[in-house]
Parts: sequence; structure tokens; C-alpha cells
Amino acid sequence: MTDDTVIRVEHVSKDFVLPHEKVTSIKSAFTGMFSRSRTKESQHALKDISFEIKKGEFFGIVGRNGSGKSTMLKILAGIYQPTKGSVETRGKLVPFIELGVGFNPELTGRENVYLNGAMLGFSRKEVSRMYDDIVAFAELEKFMDQKLKNYSSGMQVRLAFSMATRSEADILLIDEVLAVGDADFQRKCFDYFKELKRDKKTVVFVSHDMSAIREYCDSAVLIEQSELKLRGSADEVSAEYTRLFLDQTDHKAKQGDRWGDESIKTKHIAVKVNDDTLTITQTFEAQADQASVIAGFRIRNAAGQEVTGTNTKFERIKIPALKAGDIKTLTWSMPNCLSDGKYVVDPAILHQDGVRVLEWWDAAAHFEIKKDRRLPYILDPSFNLKIQ
Amino acid sequence: MHKLKQRYQYSHILLREMVRTDFKLRYQGSVLGYLWSLLRPLFMFTILYTVFVRFLNIGNDIEHPAVYLLLGIVIWNFFVEVTTGSVSAIVLKSELIRKINFPKYVIILSILIGAIINLLFNFVIIVIFIIWNGVHVTPSALLMIPLLIELCAVSLAVAFTLSALFVKFRDVTYIWDIVVQAGFYLTPILYLFSRLPHDYARLMILNPLAQIIQDSRHALVTTQSTTIYQIYGGDKWIWLIPVSFTVVLLICGAGYFRSQSKSFAEEV
Repeated sequence: MTDDTVIRVEHVSKDFVLPHEKVTSIKSAFTGMFSRSRTKESQHALKDISFEIKKGEFFGIVGRNGSGKSTMLKILAGIYQPTKGSVETRGKLVPFIELGVGFNPELTGRENVYLNGAMLGFSRKEVSRMYDDIVAFAELEKFMDQKLKNYSSGMQVRLAFSMATRSEADILLIDEVLAVGDADFQRKCFDYFKELKRDKKTVVFVSHDMSAIREYCDSAVLIEQSELKLRGSADEVSAEYTRLFLDQTDHKAKQGDRWGDESIKTKHIAVKVNDDTLTITQTFEAQADQASVIAGFRIRNAAGQEVTGTNTKFERIKIPALKAGDIKTLTWSMPNCLSDGKYVVDPAILHQDGVRVLEWWDAAAHFEIKKDRRLPYILDPSFNLKIQ
Repeated sequence: MHKLKQRYQYSHILLREMVRTDFKLRYQGSVLGYLWSLLRPLFMFTILYTVFVRFLNIGNDIEHPAVYLLLGIVIWNFFVEVTTGSVSAIVLKSELIRKINFPKYVIILSILIGAIINLLFNFVIIVIFIIWNGVHVTPSALLMIPLLIELCAVSLAVAFTLSALFVKFRDVTYIWDIVVQAGFYLTPILYLFSRLPHDYARLMILNPLAQIIQDSRHALVTTQSTTIYQIYGGDKWIWLIPVSFTVVLLICGAGYFRSQSKSFAEEV
């Protein structure tokens, strides 16, 4: 290992053996016990993965559910042994696969701090040194002598997180654990991330929240279907991940994620992207006589989050009654306040009662925003700044 | 070298916390708390003493039958506590094993240490019985130290093997329950060796537990206790058989545990 490499993963593969046992009778249970021919299936969780992480790097592992990214993290943590290949790490490594490992509800908060501390490799002396800090950060001064089972779940998470942040490690492995909790807690987590980044800690962060990856990670790998697809900067990797998602959305849309009662049909939908305006044109044709309808759309980003949307009812505009064959074109425009990324538009037409769906079309149109600003948030309105 | 030290430091920290936690939780919620550590063996002994010594007159042929009986039971119970406690120990700690990487043998060691603490409390009661029965303690009582080390080794050997096996085969716990039941009667705890046919005795005493129990009684309670030395007609080196059996078992058990422990996280 060169001097500044702290984690080296070389040709790591991991197979899980899934035994198939279907004992149908007592007799077969007995005969099966001795026959060696029990069927076993090998599941490849990871295939030939190699990468290196340098000291002080904030490193992301990105992938969809079931892609193998959590398995990778567990191998880095030493919880799983790779079937093939090797992992070398240097320095004190503390994994946070879950917060509060080893917490025991029957013990007091204080005792749990020492127990969890031991799990993370801290002696009683070391824990005593950081004890006041931990308690103060968790804001639980009054509760430390109560049993953990009498804590609310929020209090437990606070205590566990506080332990995690006070622990001094050279390398931190963080799973998506931090995605749980309320907004206030998430803010605390992200503040902690910033602190880690400032202190130049080596962090391995597993997530499928691309905005977090882009904001905090220097570089990342994308794991897709057990294989390493891409190793690059956080931006490159998150763009690739987003594309993967979009491909899947396309696929779904093609499979006909469009439904309704056929009484009205969207003929055309288009999105025009300008530097400062987004224009969405929506044309539909009535197939039968209609009373007034409600037409609108919603915009989703690549992660599937519903970013914004509206319809004629929200806008208090009434579309006059339609006869069969009538064609209407709606031109919506809005300020281009979305951040970089790919988006889909789902147009919808509802009955005037606002409940019955006349037509719904998922991902009818796609568009991309490229401002080259790399803002890790959903919205990117034009900001004005005055410095005095 | 530094890494080695660091590794054992982690084990040491973990072991201390696990033993501490187990001990704290053991009598939690009970009014008398830790006092039960003394009261439990005391009541158990009283019952056994009443049944076996008073009613069944088991000890007419031997000096200090009460202490003789109790010592055997304490040693046997220690073995049972360590082994049955360990069988499911790895699986019970699955939450931890799947979340963090730590030396798994610490789990088994913490059970051993918990049992040693219990053993010490039991010995407090035994000492009370020794004084009460007026047993003449000789310097040979010091032999208890190597005997108890052998006891720990044999218990640990079985504990490692069973706990690792249990991860793969959940039948182990039932099988072990039966073995313990049978073992209780195959070990000279409730009966005197001198009453057995000589051939049986020769075979049974090779069991490390039988040898430990008989030697302990000989060292601590009465020279009337038949030891392996006497059964094999004064062969000085015969004790090497159960001891080397223990050592081999410990090496194999620990080796098996070590090789299996790598995949515990996937299998529990």
C-alpha cells in the first residue's frame, strides 16, 4: 500500500450459499439428512470489485437496492469475509452499519454508553473522558440514570448518534442509517458530515441519496448488479446512477404506465427548457363529450421524488366543456428553478370532481437541466447576492 | 506487534463489558439482588443434602458425605453452566455479529468468566460446609488450582465446539441436553466409585470430569475418594490420559470455532 492509501479492495467477490431445503415428509427428512445431494444455490453478491480509498477521502458507494453495496460495506467492516480477493485497511476503522450496536434496554443510559463504547473499541477510561461530551450533545443529561427501555425512540437515536460522533476513528463506515429520524436529526447528521469533511476524516458512505453523495463525497463507485460499473468523481457517479434510474423509468413507461377511461387522450406533450423558463405544452383530444375537466402535470426527478406540479384547479382556471373531437392545447410556463439533472413529466387529466382519473400518463416526457452549477439540492432558483 | 496488542486490547475491553453486563442483568429486578448468588447454591445444597445424605443414606461409607456430594455437584454444575450456556450463545448474539466485527471467542469467554464468578460464590458455601463438618484440610488442597484449570479447559473445549456447531445445526441443543442428562449419571457424582465393577471404573475415570471430581474430593475432602491413581494401581503417569484428552479437545474445539467464526455473520 502506498502511504496515503487507507483502504485497498482487490478483486473482491462474495457468494452467498442459499441452501434449498424442502422437507416434505418425515421420511424424506431422514433420508435427506444423510444424502449429500441437497441442492444449494450460490448467489453472487459481488463480482471482482477493486478500488482504493485514500486518506482523507469522502468516498461514496452508490447502487440500487440489492446491488450489493451494503455487502461491500460489510466486507470493508470485516463482518463478512470475501469469497475471493482481499481487503486491506489501515488505521482504526469504526463501522456504523446501525446506530447503537449492543444497546441493551435493561441497562441505564450511562451503562449503555460504556457498553456501546466497548463495542466501538473504547476502554472505560476513554469513554469516561468523552462521556460528558456525549451526554451534552445528545441533550440527555437528566435521563442518563434511567433505563434505556424508558427512553423514547428519538432519545435512543440521539444517544447512539452522539456516541457515533464522539468516537475518534481514522476511518468511518456509514450506512444509510442516518437517513432515519426527523428533519432536525437529519440536519444534525449533515452538520456532522461537514465536520468530518473539514477534519479530513476518511469516510465511506453508502447511500442512494444523490444529493448527499454530490454534496459530501469527493469520489465514489457505482455498484450495479454485483459489479463495479464506475469509479469516478461523485458527480460522474451520481450522473450515471441517475441515468440507470431513468433507463428504468423509460422502461416502465414503455410498458404502458398510462391508464384512464379512454374518454380523453393526451395527443402531445413537450417540454422546452430555457435558461430562465420552462415551458410545458400539453395537447389533448376529447374522445367523448365532456363536462369541464381538470388538466395538469407533475414533475419528478431521477430519484422519483415529486418535485412540483400543478393543475387547472389549483390555478383556478376552468376549462370549458368539450365535445367529442375537441382539441385543447395548454401551455404552462414556470421559472426554471430546478437544479441539474434529468426529469420526467407526468401529465394527467381528471374529471371535474377532482377524483376520477380520465387519463394518467407516467413519464410521458423527459427533459434535462444543465446549468453546470452542481447544486446538491432539488431547487436551484436564480439567487441574488449583494455584498456590502 | 502493535496490531496484535491492539487486537487483544479490543477483546479485553469487550470481554470486561460483556461480563459486567451479564452480571448486572442476572439478578436485575430481584429484591435481594446479588445475594442470590450465595442463596441459590445454599438452598440447592440444603435440598440435595436432605434428600441424598439424610433420607437415602448415600454416604454411610464415606467421610463428610455432605461436602463430598456438594463438591461433585458444584464441579458438574460449572461444566453444565458453561456448555449449555454457550450452545446458543453465538446465535443469541446474532444482532451484534451482523452489525460489527469483533472476536467471537469473547462471547464464549464471557460465559466462562460468568461461570467462574458463580463458582467462587459456590466455593464460599463449600468452605462454610467444610468448617461446619470439621473437615481436616491439608496442604493437598492446593491441588485444586490445577484441577480447576483443567475443568475450565475441558468446559471451554466443549463450549467452543458446541456453539460453532449450533450455528449450522440447531439440533445440537437438544442432543446436548440429552448428553448432559446421561453424563450426570455416567459421572460419579451421586454414587461412590468403590461400588462399581472395576472394569467400568477404569473406563469411566478416563472422562476428564470424573477424574477432576474424584481428584478434587481427594484433595479437599477425604482421602477415601477413589482417584484415577488408585484405580490404575498406582500408575504415576495415568493422569496424563485425561489431561492430554482435554488439551487435544481444546485445540480441536478452538480451531473449529476459529475456522467457523469467519462465516458466523452470514449464518446466524
